[in-house]
Formats: sequence, structure tokens, C-alpha cells
Amino acid sequence: MNANPAMLTPQYDVERVRAQFPILSQTIHGRPLVYLDSAASSQRPLAVLRAVEHYETTMHANVHRGVHTLSQWATDAFERSRETVRRFINARSTREIVFVRGTTEAINLVANSWGRGHLRPGDEILITHLEHHANIVPWQMVCAATGATLRAAPLTADGGVELESLERLMGERTRLVAIAHVSNALGTVLPVQAIVRSAHARGIPVLVDGAQAVPHATVDVRALDCDFYAFSGHKVYGPTGIGVLYGRESLLQAMPPWQGGGEMILSVSIESSTYNELPAKFEAGTPNISGAVGLGAALEFVEGLGREAIAAHEHRLLELASAGLAAVPGVRLVGTAPGKAAVVSFTMDGVHPHDIGTILDSEGVAIRTGHHCAMPVMQYYGLPATARASFGCYSNAADVERLVAAVRQVRELFA
Amino acid sequence: MDLKELYRDVILDHNRSPRNFGRLEPADAAATGRNPLCGDTLDVTVRFDGDRIADLKFEGQGCAISMASASLMSEAVKGRPRAEIERLFEQIHGVITGREPADAQALGKLAALGGVSEFPARVKCASLCWHTLQAAMADRHTPVSTE
Repeated sequence: MNANPAMLTPQYDVERVRAQFPILSQTIHGRPLVYLDSAASSQRPLAVLRAVEHYETTMHANVHRGVHTLSQWATDAFERSRETVRRFINARSTREIVFVRGTTEAINLVANSWGRGHLRPGDEILITHLEHHANIVPWQMVCAATGATLRAAPLTADGGVELESLERLMGERTRLVAIAHVSNALGTVLPVQAIVRSAHARGIPVLVDGAQAVPHATVDVRALDCDFYAFSGHKVYGPTGIGVLYGRESLLQAMPPWQGGGEMILSVSIESSTYNELPAKFEAGTPNISGAVGLGAALEFVEGLGREAIAAHEHRLLELASAGLAAVPGVRLVGTAPGKAAVVSFTMDGVHPHDIGTILDSEGVAIRTGHHCAMPVMQYYGLPATARASFGCYSNAADVERLVAAVRQVRELFA
Repeated sequence: MDLKELYRDVILDHNRSPRNFGRLEPADAAATGRNPLCGDTLDVTVRFDGDRIADLKFEGQGCAISMASASLMSEAVKGRPRAEIERLFEQIHGVITGREPADAQALGKLAALGGVSEFPARVKCASLCWHTLQAAMADRHTPVSTE
């Protein structure tokens, strides 16, 4: 098949990228798959699949334990990935990189370890109305346990969060600001750097939920100056069940372990234990070693394509999709903040998003429908749900055309 | 996969203009159903005449399948005794999960839900109203969930 020359740009050859993702070459209900659900979980390139296979078939053993050769290889591979993560987000040290199951576990770790030690009755945690449930529920739980209060900054009509509305809620008792870098439901990008500066001026640390940002933008935790940064491997072309908590070393040092067990100790007697150094202190039990290896390969894959190049490519698709969908009668785009990431949330008059999802699926087009684990966002807009198309490094203009054509079919069926 | 099997004219019609939409006040029994996957909720209010359902209304938000299913159910159960409604739910459940063929003779308009069996992700949409009605008949006050 010849690629359409109009779809090729000198910087970014999307057809070559697509060739790295075997899953994309299949048909669904007789139609070539159009995968537009990368914000829920991205697909994995051959480089990741092969790295995991290579690890599993030649070097697997438990890490940080054995004197035998495989254990050393496994430990080296695991720690190499930690260094790749450090470089990818520009952390100062690998002591600041804690491997976890995903963003959700990273935030729960901070809520439990940092939160239970620092929160007193009357203290406040400040979030926003566009958070994913993973950045709401852990705080509700730690608030219930400590007597602290959860407060949330409102949204603007286009789905943004203004620095001023957060600043108005930063008070004497605010102990932590916890915000998304990019909204999963709407694609809104928050002004994290400015929020951090403002919070730090008041002595408040900031946690950033970066699950949706890492696949779409260059993330530099030193430039952001945030105190915690959480993300998941499977949203950035890596495996599921592996994620990262970045924490400023001085904060992590002062925090107690969250889970106890092997790996996180230096010595144990029946009476007491001495905890290990960072980051092992927060990695109780045998970790997801092959997941970490896959994540390292995924980040190297992204570095190879170039994060700026991916973002520019996705932005072009976002503009195409936004224009194409907005032109369909009855379609309303939800969340139109300037500079947003490659996520289009939309509704159609008289048609529930689940019906849109089923009809699109019958055309081979995979999108997410529902509340996107962000029910407060839906409540703000007075919607039960939206349909959401999200793009990745492998999405192309043909995907957008198929999306828009399928949405037009929905209109016809429900006319 | 034939969309027309799922979205039959009866389904589209009952979605567009649902019958018995609203709330009975006062009601003898009420229940709320939730589908946590989609965030949809459904309220069912019922009046009894002895063992029979004398009247039923429902309200809420949902996809075409859940709206049409509730609308068709509301028409089908009025005037019927509890035991018959339980049996009807058994039959409907068999049809939408593909365990039993849709018998138009026995089910009447409800047979239009037969297309759901080809779409496993949508079974919960079609069954939410029935679970909610069951809860109302049992006078359970905690919301039922399809999870």
C-alpha cells in the first residue's frame, strides 16, 4: 500500500510509526481498526514487546537479592529502567524514582505516607474539579482518617482551571495542592509551573497527576519544580501494572514507608525493623520487573520519536477532529480550553454516548464513552457522560476521517 | 454485527418517546438503579393493586437501550401479578444474554430486545430497569447496581 504523500511530513512519518504497533493492523467487525482510546490505555510498540520478551526469556530472577548471575542481570535491567525514567522526567537522582503499579498507587502512596503524617483536623487538601477519581478518592480517604478537609477549585466554561481560582483557595490550613497536569476527560492542560510557584510562595507542596501529560508533552520535574509527580506506564506505550512516583528527595526521606515487607528493610527482628534507603523504602515486595523493563523501553521509544514531534503531530489531528466533529449537526464539543492535549470529548443531541460508542465500534472505531472516571467534570457540565476520542503517536488523518464519518452515521441512525 | 438488529424501530421509537416516563406520587414502592459504568440512574415508582402492579412510572437518564427497555417494561408489566413479572424477567434475561431465542408470541414487543444479545457490553443497559423493578417490588431501599 502506498502512503498518501499529503499525510507525510518531513519531521514525522506516522506510517512508519504505525508499523511498530502490530495490534493496529487488524480488522474489527470487518473494518480496519481505528484506535482512538489511547487516553484510557495506549498500545505498545514492538520495541516494548521485544524488551519484555528478551527480559523474560533470558534474564528473569528476583531483583536485589541473589548473588547468582540472573539476579544480577535482572537487577541491572530494573535499575537501568529507573535511570531511563529519571532522565525522561529530568529528576535529580534515581533515589527520587519509586516504581509503583500506576498513577493510582502513586497517589495513594503519598496520601497514606505523607498525608497521614502531616494532616491534622482542620487542615486542607486542595484539588480541582477536573481531577480523575484517582486524584480525588485517596484524598477523601485520608481526610476521613485525619479530620482534614478536601477543597476543589472550580472550572471555567471551556474546561480550564484558572490560577486565580486555585490561589483564592490556598489558605493558612492548605497542606498540599494536588492537580492534574492534563485532564483525562477534556484534555485541558493546567498551568502547573505557575501553580507550583504560587503554592511554594505560601509554603505548600504540590503533587501533579501526570498520567495524561507524559504521553503528550515534555515533562521536566525540575522545571515544573513540583514535589511529587505520578504517572502510569500503560498510557505512554508501556505495560500495564507499572508506574512511577517521583518525589523530591528531602520529602521522600522524611516520609515513613507505606507498605511493609521484603525489599524495603535493612534488618528485621521480631521487635522492630530498620528501613531501607530510597527508593527501596517504598518498594515493598517483589516489584513488576518486566513491567519496569518495558516502561524503560517505552520511554526510549518516545524519546526516539521526539516528544515535541509527537505533540505537534497529535495537535494537527486534534484540530482536524475538532473541526470535523463540530461540523456534524447536533454535535457539541465539551472542553475547548486553548492549548489542550489530544483528547476530544463530545456529545450529540438526542443520542446517549453509549449508543455513539456502540455504533462507532460496529464501524471498527474504538472510543471511550462514559464519565471517564471524572464524575465531578460531568456534574459541572450537567452531563451523565460524553464520548471521547483520544490520539496517540500512531493516530493518523485517516483515523480522524473514519471517526467523523462514523459519527455522521450515528446522526443518520437516530435521525 | 448488524446495528439494525440492536436499534430496531421499536427501540428507537421508545427511546424517542418513552411511555410511562415520570414519577408516581404517592407510590407504594420505589427504587433507584445505577449503572456505575456509565453513570446512568433510573428511578422506578410503583402502585400495587393487591398482588398486581396497577401502575408504574420510571424516570432517569440513559442510552437508547436502557430507555427503550424501561419503556417497554413499563407497558408490559402493568396489570400483571408479581410472580408473572418475575417469570417475564427470567425470560427477558435469557433473551438479552442470548441463552434463549426471542419468542415474539410470548414476549410481544419486548422481543425487540433480542438484538442486545449480539452486544454483550449492552446487556446491563437492557437489564437495569428490571433489576430496579425487582428492588421496588421487594421494597429494598438501597440503590441497586448492575455491577
